[in-house]
Amino acid sequence: MFELVAEGPVSVGNLALQLPISRPAVSQHLRVLKDAGLVIDRPEGNRRLYRVDPRGIAELRAYLDQFWDETLEAFARAAEHAHEETT
Amino acid sequence: MSIEPVRKQITVAAPQATAFEVFTAGMGGWWNKEHSIGDEPLDTVVIEPRVGGRWFERGKTGTECEWGAVAAWEPPSRVVLTWQLDADWQYDPDLRTEVEVRFTDEGPETTRIDLEHRGLEALGDRAVALRGVFDGPTGWTGLLQLYTERVAA
Repeated sequence: MFELVAEGPVSVGNLALQLPISRPAVSQHLRVLKDAGLVIDRPEGNRRLYRVDPRGIAELRAYLDQFWDETLEAFARAAEHAHEETT
Repeated sequence: MSIEPVRKQITVAAPQATAFEVFTAGMGGWWNKEHSIGDEPLDTVVIEPRVGGRWFERGKTGTECEWGAVAAWEPPSRVVLTWQLDADWQYDPDLRTEVEVRFTDEGPETTRIDLEHRGLEALGDRAVALRGVFDGPTGWTGLLQLYTERVAA
């Protein structure tokens, strides 16, 4: 679902056509995604279009970005320490 | 729209073979013990040295928790691990993101490490399942709380 929404603005009806779940289930998924800050919606005519909220993605990515910074720093200290011990 | 992979580069003062060995066989020695998904304190982290090998943590009493698997094993220059932890740090065999780590020899005592964590779109999908539609009311809360704590720290 998220990947379909990530492809571009899409309506509930369009998502329901592409997924093996009912339209109410699609709406429920979208609500969860929206509450999680991952998608945003806007009205267009008599329907709503959903798309990925770049801020939500940015938060997820920022977390992993910092996670790998810290992890690689710990690795670098260990690799250099291991090398010092052999010289 | 796809999520831009997380890319990192670091240079260490150690030969390529040492850097590869410490990253893989020695991961349990330097991995932050707080980055654990098990119910018990983390004892070590294991990467089985072959394609298809497991990547897992072992707790103090021996309980093992899967993290992913070895997708490419090319010592001493490259390893690709599948990271199959969702946004709530739970192992999910159906979830697959990839962590590629390349070790480039830049001198007898210098190695450049390039890390790429990609396929992050899959984490967005799993957030749905976690946030109550299928599994329960948790999910992103855990990740965002961790994230917020980090930002505030």
